[in-house]
Amino acid sequence: MTATYDCIATTTLGSAQANVEFTSITGIYTDLVLIAVTQIGSLGDYLGVQFNSDTGSNYSRTRLSGNGTTASSERDTSQVRINFYAQPTSNFAVNILNIMNYSNTTTFKTVLTRTDQAALSTNAYAGLYRSTSAITSIKLIGPSNFSTGSTFTLYGIKAE
Amino acid sequence: MSPILDSIGSVKAYGWGKVLALTSFESIATVSVGSGGAANVEFTSIPATYAHLQIRALARTDRANAGDAVYVRFNNDSGSTYSGHRLEGNGSSASAQFETSSTSFTLNRITAANNGASQFGVFVFDLLDYKDTNKYSTARALVGFDGNGSGLIGLDSGSWRNTAAVDRIDILPLNASGFVQYSHFALYGIKGA
Repeated sequence: MTATYDCIATTTLGSAQANVEFTSITGIYTDLVLIAVTQIGSLGDYLGVQFNSDTGSNYSRTRLSGNGTTASSERDTSQVRINFYAQPTSNFAVNILNIMNYSNTTTFKTVLTRTDQAALSTNAYAGLYRSTSAITSIKLIGPSNFSTGSTFTLYGIKAE
Repeated sequence: MSPILDSIGSVKAYGWGKVLALTSFESIATVSVGSGGAANVEFTSIPATYAHLQIRALARTDRANAGDAVYVRFNNDSGSTYSGHRLEGNGSSASAQFETSSTSFTLNRITAANNGASQFGVFVFDLLDYKDTNKYSTARALVGFDGNGSGLIGLDSGSWRNTAAVDRIDILPLNASGFVQYSHFALYGIKGA
């Protein structure tokens, strides 16, 4: 049995930043897990994710959400990023992204995500990046700056 | 490992891989489905040296349909000893289902033959306290796929009404002859104190 679940990189914002990007991601792992604890400046709204600096309309996702009153589902299609909603302005949201088989060059890439913010809602997402390229970079963006104290940690999990 | 460039806004900071190794998480076994497909996936002789198990999978079945459910059995038990709940979003509405006295733990759907090419479903399946002989085994899963206009996302929980330690896990497609090439299933163990 081989130990895995390695921390590849981690960042805590000391000041507000427009985006965070992990680049030159090694292809030695099977899955990536990205944990982002985020607050998005004045606008809140969404956490956007792009791969490999691809700004084409190659992203989509299906969302399941509960807001304390109702459960609902909706989707985005042909977007320029995967949008994970329920990002707060006054508290921090917890986002856990599972980027499955990110380095294979045969299948499109699917991201299983949980996004939770106690005062707003709890959410689950299946996100799609319609590319068979191996993912070597991840860019996280919002409609306004990420607040000071937001943290971003990227892990790699390797199957033997 | 190659250096990782971690660029934050206008500030760039250089870091290096393997900053921290969480050695409590170990790879136990992996199944990569080859060109002939696979009727099912079996993890056998699972060691009892961990506290919890996790299966991480990317999979697609050969069912002539846009989606196919996956079911899981423990210790090769096909008796009516499973129950579970599912919460699902299909892009338009949310729904919930349950099953009782089932012969397997049924997960939400992954992709199948009528889904778009290159689209595979994924799931992360957690089996907690799998070797505890004092209580029934309980599992949960996050399952989904997206097809740019179609897709499902589901949260599943399940119980196996048996106190035996789990030493075998079988994963099967519900309505297909098997999983197709490039499907990938990885079993991990998470150690306790």
